[in-house]
Amino acid sequence: MSFLEIRNVHKRFGANEVLRGINLTVEEHQVVCLIGPSGCGKSTLLRCINGLEEIQAGEIRLHGDRITGPGVDLNALRRDVGIVFQSFNLFPHMTVLQNITLAPTQVLRMPEAEAQAKALALLKRIGLEHKAQAYPDQLSGGQQQRVAIVRALAMEPMLLLLDEITSALDPELVSEVLNLLRELAREGMTMILATHEMGFAREVASKVCFMYGGVVHEEGPPEQIFSNPQHERTQQFLSSIIEAGRL
Amino acid sequence: MTEPNSKALRRRQPIPPKDGLGFALLALILAVALWLATGWVMWLVKQTMTTNGFQAFWADALLVLFTLLPAGLLWPAVRGLGQARLARQALQSENLIAARVHSAEAHTWAWFTLGYAGALILFLLFVLFFIANNVAVGRTFFQLELIRDSFGLILQAFWVNVVIFLFAGFFSLIWGLVVAIAKLLPGKPAQPIRFIATFYTDAFLSLPSIIVIYLIGFGLPLTGIGFFRNLPLEALAVLALTLTYGAYMAEVYRAGLESIHPSQWAAARSLGLSYGQTLRFVVVPQAVRRIIPPLLNNLIGMQKDTALVNVVGVIDAFNQARIIASNDFNLSAVTTVAILFILITIPQTRLVDRLVERDRARFRQGS
Repeated sequence: MSFLEIRNVHKRFGANEVLRGINLTVEEHQVVCLIGPSGCGKSTLLRCINGLEEIQAGEIRLHGDRITGPGVDLNALRRDVGIVFQSFNLFPHMTVLQNITLAPTQVLRMPEAEAQAKALALLKRIGLEHKAQAYPDQLSGGQQQRVAIVRALAMEPMLLLLDEITSALDPELVSEVLNLLRELAREGMTMILATHEMGFAREVASKVCFMYGGVVHEEGPPEQIFSNPQHERTQQFLSSIIEAGRL
Repeated sequence: MTEPNSKALRRRQPIPPKDGLGFALLALILAVALWLATGWVMWLVKQTMTTNGFQAFWADALLVLFTLLPAGLLWPAVRGLGQARLARQALQSENLIAARVHSAEAHTWAWFTLGYAGALILFLLFVLFFIANNVAVGRTFFQLELIRDSFGLILQAFWVNVVIFLFAGFFSLIWGLVVAIAKLLPGKPAQPIRFIATFYTDAFLSLPSIIVIYLIGFGLPLTGIGFFRNLPLEALAVLALTLTYGAYMAEVYRAGLESIHPSQWAAARSLGLSYGQTLRFVVVPQAVRRIIPPLLNNLIGMQKDTALVNVVGVIDAFNQARIIASNDFNLSAVTTVAILFILITIPQTRLVDRLVERDRARFRQGS
């Protein structure tokens, strides 16, 4: 039994079938990178894993427990599976500290003082404890994204989903976010990333999945995918990435 | 290269400005005419005062002052004319730059004259209206003794309007939010609730508030149900206004709730917050911030509608004033009510303006 098992998952938006039978397994402490052209279903797959989107066929199991289909306690699932979005989605009317403590106090019923102490410890770790009382719009994009990651970490998830979290950032701010992810990977956080940062994927991933046309087209260790891709479509994708100077 | 419009051949001919002499002359003539007209109106006022046996030094002094004031109009008019002449001279000596400067000045001064002249004309018309038919208008609406004598009663009755407004405002703000949330409930099981909420807002948006007040104020006590029979009329008025304005508030709340981007919902739900928690901590606080100006506008509208409760016999300021008016055959007490409404509404209107401006400034910042 694997940590996360995705079996033959189909997802349709109206007539548009975005996921056409995804199969994927993730083991604990793995970092799995989803790569592929825009619209291939990377983000949709992540949103299905923590129940933000309903799937039409197939199933997803976490620790052997089925987390899709009717009757699943999605609020409970989301305590275990965190997600970070491309556009940060911090709550603009709350301070950084309130953003981080909201879910622990309301969902986990953690005492306010404890939640704050924990949030400050996390902020200190990313060097932003002096921004605890700032509002999101007073932070740079990279700082906002790191706060968003910390907000997800405050729930102590067993799985973290990261949806193109550096795509909306200025190039010089990308590294601070990636450094945080490196650290999390070293500590053994299980993560699934949808990403266009090929260099990062190559360096950190335990497994790289190339998605195309709503299925996992090719998967394997990063050396194999990036240096010796088997499928023609994977080769095309990678060569266009190299042409663009992104690898 | 015979094409007349080709860029190489085209030379731009300088365009000389108009000197503005005609315009400035017009402004001057208008200023002089208005001065004469003011003198005439003030002379009429003086005559009316004499026929009514009113004689006071301060009044005469005021009249003289008003007669002298329009002389101020001559100042911009004459300056405009001077600038126009300079512009004409500059044009003759083919100094285009100077001509443009003087011409622009001349036009500005002439417009200045026209603007103030327009305001003065309105003022004179109002004075004529006021003293027409031997000060009939003045007596009907502004009889000072009556205003003074009835002021205490009116103010006391106005307190009833204020109390009705405060209660109905408070309740409709809450009720509107409840209805808006009901209208936006997701899922098939909530369909009947959504339908009722939609029907309620549709119905009360189309009903004139005076009819709702009439039906509730007279109708509910008639039903003989003990609870309603023992309620004071004011409470029924509050209920009617709450039901009417709750529908308006609900529409504003709904617009606010729908304006919150779905990504905020996704972020909150993905942290494990329930639907209700997401509404309470994330969506409603952001929505309310955006819709404070329209909510306040609705409150101002409701404040004015508190005068409608007189149809069911609540002794509010308007009703009290009508009683006084029919006793004295004079509307001055109603004028008092009008002034009171203006006095409490203007600060709120300005507040709304400031909030809207503040929101706009924040939006420009791009936050």
